[in-house]
Amino acid sequence: MLTIHCPNCGITAEETEFHAHGEAHLKRHGPGSSDDQFEEYLFMRENPKGVHFERWRHQNGCGKWFHVARCTMTLEVFGSYSAQTYTPPQEILDVIEDRRPGWSKKELAQ
Amino acid sequence: MKKYSVFAVAREALRHHTGWNRAWRDAQPKKRYDVIIVGAGGHGLATAYYLGKNFGITNVAILEKGWLGGGNTGRNTTIIRSNYLQDPSAAIYEKSRSLYETMSQDLNYNVMFSPRGVIMLAQTEHEVRGYKRTAHANNLQGVPTEFIGPEKVKSLVPIINIDGPRYPVLGGLWQARGGTARHDAVAWGYARACSDMGMDVIQKCEVTGINKVNGKVTGVSTNRGDIECDKLGMVVAGHSGHLADMAGFRLPIESVALQALVSEPIKPCMDVVVMANTVHGYMSQSDKGEMVIGGGTDGYNNYTQRGSFHHIEETVRALVETFPMVSRLKMLRQWGGIVDVTGDRSPILSKTPVDGVFINCGWGTGGFKAIPGSGWAMAELMAKGQSPLTDAFGLNRFQEGRFIDESVAAGVAH
Repeated sequence: MLTIHCPNCGITAEETEFHAHGEAHLKRHGPGSSDDQFEEYLFMRENPKGVHFERWRHQNGCGKWFHVARCTMTLEVFGSYSAQTYTPPQEILDVIEDRRPGWSKKELAQ
Repeated sequence: MKKYSVFAVAREALRHHTGWNRAWRDAQPKKRYDVIIVGAGGHGLATAYYLGKNFGITNVAILEKGWLGGGNTGRNTTIIRSNYLQDPSAAIYEKSRSLYETMSQDLNYNVMFSPRGVIMLAQTEHEVRGYKRTAHANNLQGVPTEFIGPEKVKSLVPIINIDGPRYPVLGGLWQARGGTARHDAVAWGYARACSDMGMDVIQKCEVTGINKVNGKVTGVSTNRGDIECDKLGMVVAGHSGHLADMAGFRLPIESVALQALVSEPIKPCMDVVVMANTVHGYMSQSDKGEMVIGGGTDGYNNYTQRGSFHHIEETVRALVETFPMVSRLKMLRQWGGIVDVTGDRSPILSKTPVDGVFINCGWGTGGFKAIPGSGWAMAELMAKGQSPLTDAFGLNRFQEGRFIDESVAAGVAH
């Protein structure tokens, strides 16, 4: 059972209150983009063993979206942050660096 | 290999069972193989077996980082059925189901295939319509299934409660030739047959890198040294994304945990497999008498082989509603496996961007039933570069928008 913090309403609750919606920071390419780019956006996923950034929704609470940094090998939650960003904020990256020394940013989804 | 038979049992009984040999050799890796299969689960071993049996390719190694059949092959709920909606799915799953019927004779290994029948309960009007449609589609595909009413369901499964408070049983999709098999025996039987053909089943051999020259695979690096090969088959289910990353491409796959549990053994009470997809639970009784129960997947990426407790609770709640007697059962064990789920809930059997590398993955929550058919098709794909069974399951279908959408027919439970 994960314990997750919602940065929108400030509540920390167990995972049954939330719903996971897959990888965060996917880039949706605009008009004129190629089939490959559209396929990347719709289907291709990092699916990493380790640090994963993902979208969650506070389904049985405030109903708003946010992002969570989590480890898929240990289920450790590194922290939550606003969905209004293209990249994870520095404080989240600092927590990850602290907990997973040597983890590098290049594992991020392109 | 000594043939197993009733005479062998009688002979060994007379000499205190001292004459049984190892079922498969404990092989050491050679320098080079024609084909390397990564993953000695059911699908990987079946692929190797049919490469040898159908195409005479026996210079094959099957590499396994853990132990044989220790992944999802040993963790599933052993249900076998082929009542899928789309034609390509029906073709490969029905091929698989029919191979199960003769597998024990083929492998000279008792896999205890029990075609006891599978019911998928319809508990909403939407499901009634969906399953009627599937039954019609199956008739056209030559897969015998039928839609049955609630009375027939009750007569097949006396312990069921068909007028439940939340979701009364409105009927069911009945496949009389579906059933179960002994999951470990499937892996062991294939391993024994592969080893007998001269293939090397190498356990505790983890692939750490994939070696390429000019976009063509030349071998793999492992924790037991480098091994060269002409062709490489990746058949590693939940860890496909990790292996694809080593080879330098990405997959439309996410790995999630799927859980199952098993009760204490009780007297025979249910001789069919029942799946209730609306309430997320499915159950069958093993030959030992344990009730084997499966549920839904967790919603998030996970590699830990354990899932959330509330999913177990949800599954058990659903089953208590549908089978009131379950409320008195004690549960013995609970476990999880990592399943590889694609966007359209159909598998990927395909060539890859790396020349000589083939991938067989994406079976998601329902791979066990597909083991022989998947191996048969994958072997043909690897040997000939093309197979009628795998044509529709290529990686390119995601780019072309040519999905084999089974998410309604099979998205929750298998």
